[in-house]
Amino acid sequence: MDTTTSIDDRLTGIAEAAPTTSGRAGWAGLAERVLPPAAIGLVALFAWEAVVRLKAIPPYLLPGPLLIGGTLLKDWHTLYPSLLVTLTVTGAALLVATVAGTAIAILFAQWHWVERSFFPYAVILQVTPVVAIAPLIIIWVKNIQLSLLICAWIVAFFPVVSNTTLGLNSTDHHLLELFDLYGASRRQVLWYLRLPSALPYFFGGLRISGGLALIGAVVAEFVAGTGGAQSGLAYRILEAGYTLQIPRMFAALLLVSITGVAIFLALSALSHLVLRRWHESARAREQ
Amino acid sequence: MTAAPPLVRLRHVDKTFARGTEALRHLDLTVAEGEFLSLLGPSGCGKSTALRLIAGLAGLTAGAIERPWAEGGRGGQMGFVFQEPTLMPWATVAANIQVPLTLLRVPRDQAAARVREAIGLVGLDGFERAYPRELSGGMKMRVSIARALATRPRLLLMDEPFAALDEITRMRLNNDLLGLWRRQGLTVVFVTHSVYESVYLSSRVAVMTPRPGRVAAEVTIETPYPRDDAFRTSPEYNNYCRTVSARLAAAMSG
Repeated sequence: MDTTTSIDDRLTGIAEAAPTTSGRAGWAGLAERVLPPAAIGLVALFAWEAVVRLKAIPPYLLPGPLLIGGTLLKDWHTLYPSLLVTLTVTGAALLVATVAGTAIAILFAQWHWVERSFFPYAVILQVTPVVAIAPLIIIWVKNIQLSLLICAWIVAFFPVVSNTTLGLNSTDHHLLELFDLYGASRRQVLWYLRLPSALPYFFGGLRISGGLALIGAVVAEFVAGTGGAQSGLAYRILEAGYTLQIPRMFAALLLVSITGVAIFLALSALSHLVLRRWHESARAREQ
Repeated sequence: MTAAPPLVRLRHVDKTFARGTEALRHLDLTVAEGEFLSLLGPSGCGKSTALRLIAGLAGLTAGAIERPWAEGGRGGQMGFVFQEPTLMPWATVAANIQVPLTLLRVPRDQAAARVREAIGLVGLDGFERAYPRELSGGMKMRVSIARALATRPRLLLMDEPFAALDEITRMRLNNDLLGLWRRQGLTVVFVTHSVYESVYLSSRVAVMTPRPGRVAAEVTIETPYPRDDAFRTSPEYNNYCRTVSARLAAAMSG
């Protein structure tokens, strides 16, 4: 009796089970998502180029997209090293923000008095415009690279801290009770329950932090404004502005935007890779 | 019936929550070894609270709970099944079932054997590596039961485990649960608000009053096991349902 009913249930279970292979319509879905924005972009670029040409707007006021693209290729030898400089600061800041942010979030979640004591200051650090404190940091810290990194870190760390803290505190309370039932230690609760529960929140924060680290790095470079060998993209924009090389200014700007998008896509892909087996955010919608 | 020594005894248990809600007042209840006891009552009558007190998940305000075999109560002697399956969505079926064993630091190979055994008991062979979201509601509940059984507990506490399932799945799980209970020699305390479910499953039904809850009446269901779907349509079953309903109605009106 028991075995037959359970087999029946298993069969209905299989029928009810959600499809695990959802990648069939992958290419069609991708085209559906990519084509409309690509079309809009092309139309906008075409209109831009047309206006610039028809109205004969001089390049020092507004260069057309073709000229900007050409400048990007022509000046690649100066822009590329600058891109690497900015990327290094951004990457280092994001790395430190992730590690430190996660560590701080764990401290917050483990001891609520720590959260109560320090969270307001994390908020203050977050809401203070980095433009306003960057000059101070640049004065205090001798090493320019390090001061840039600190500025970018200040901007980038908050989303990781606040999201991860929220995630660590959002654990299913029944699961917490289950762990309690088996006498789990704090470390076991953290490792087996709180950290995995917090992963989707963490990645949500990380995606925001990635963009913010880049913004922080660029803003700090603007404030620092120094020349020398180690000049990032912001410096190229400033320099081009001073010398009225507007197409190069746009090319550098374009490079900053592309970098930001690339960081966002890379972090989204990482998030999807980690969460795809179980989290709703990575679940393909059933048609 | 009362010859077996009580596995759990609640003496004059009171429970008042921090916000002042009085959930239980003077609850007296014994659980005999090997019985299938249902706690039946309207929602909010404190039956879930009583179950959580037995599990040691909450402290009592006054009175005493005796269960000397599980003193300290953290060794996996008791299994608990919640109303929701309460699975970890990031872990496979096997990993979810293994959690209690990991927490109790059971050696790896022994734990793997226990997990296989528990999966077999609930009829989920072949689904070891599935993730919870790939399972139906009934299958998730099976995983939850397997997890509770993985430590080979003496006492299985179940808090309205099938309330959210459809009728057909619930009947199947009822039958499978009875099979498990008999084969494994378990003691089960089962919280429900369904008269029909309590009569079908239990060897004894304890009817509770509305809040503050206490046991108003106890009905022993003498029908021998194994019980199957024929029992659901028998006059005997109807009589028991009528008796229990009457006791419940009396308890409700005080």
